[in-house]
Amino acid sequence: MSSTPPVYTAPHVVAFDYRRSLGPVLSRFFTALRDRQLLANRTVRGRVLCPPMEHDPETGAATAPDFVEVGPGGVVTTWAWVVTPRAKHPLAHPFAFALVRLDGADTALLHAVDAGSEARMRTGMRVRPRWRAETRGEIGDLECFEPEDAR
Amino acid sequence: MSDARGPVKSLVTPTRLEYAYTATGAHAEFLKAISEGRLIGQRCPECRKVYCPPSGACPRCGIATEETVPVADRGTITTFCIVRVPSDVIELKLPYCTANIVLDGSDIPFIALLQECEAADVRIGMRVEAVWRPRAEWGPTFENIRWFRPTGEPDVPVEKLGAWF
Repeated sequence: MSSTPPVYTAPHVVAFDYRRSLGPVLSRFFTALRDRQLLANRTVRGRVLCPPMEHDPETGAATAPDFVEVGPGGVVTTWAWVVTPRAKHPLAHPFAFALVRLDGADTALLHAVDAGSEARMRTGMRVRPRWRAETRGEIGDLECFEPEDAR
Repeated sequence: MSDARGPVKSLVTPTRLEYAYTATGAHAEFLKAISEGRLIGQRCPECRKVYCPPSGACPRCGIATEETVPVADRGTITTFCIVRVPSDVIELKLPYCTANIVLDGSDIPFIALLQECEAADVRIGMRVEAVWRPRAEWGPTFENIRWFRPTGEPDVPVEKLGAWF
């Protein structure tokens, strides 16, 4: 073929809506979240896990059957500032993705922190949850965390 | 449970990937041809197999394919699948059939929709032809071919299909 073929461009969208079964532990977590409660569970060695897990991530042993409420406040243990949020990000303006260790928990939960500016972010900062007006039993019921020292 | 909705037992976790697909080289040449109502393939200079749609390389020999050859818009079913499960994105009447079709002049099958026949009547070796949309609707897309339908010609014996597997 001596002539150069044209260049064609078209959108190509691949989308699947998976429905994922939660199992006994995360079912409790998301049901409580819908009631604006943060639940954790314990390993047999007494470590408090939030989000709760079916097994101790260190030993693989089943976790204890009871749940404890943690938070609502917590501490940022690490974070990354998102300068330009994308369509699927939890907030439309700049925010931090952060690991938040809720009061009473030994592990941290990944969520967004709406701090307004990167300058307000620091490891060790205190945050509190901001709940959505309507909850549906999903992680977005907790819209984000925000700094405890309100502006 | 304080909430009348009952416990939360599952979550929808959507996956969505938005690509801007750009066709160049052999793909673009194929799309240009189909926008004119023609099908083309490319022949491997080593094994002499013809690939349609062409990718610009022979998957068997791993070398570039440069010779463009015309391919017919009729061919033979090598395998097929009867679909009985409804889907939100498919408007066809169930059950329907998708088939791997090797076009006359090509050596590799590709998947296409089969219509204008009962799914139960579809056979390996069945001869089929493309049903094109009206010329005014053609564009650089495989959707110019609405689907394939049986031609009524005698079946190709299964032993002659072996070369394509």
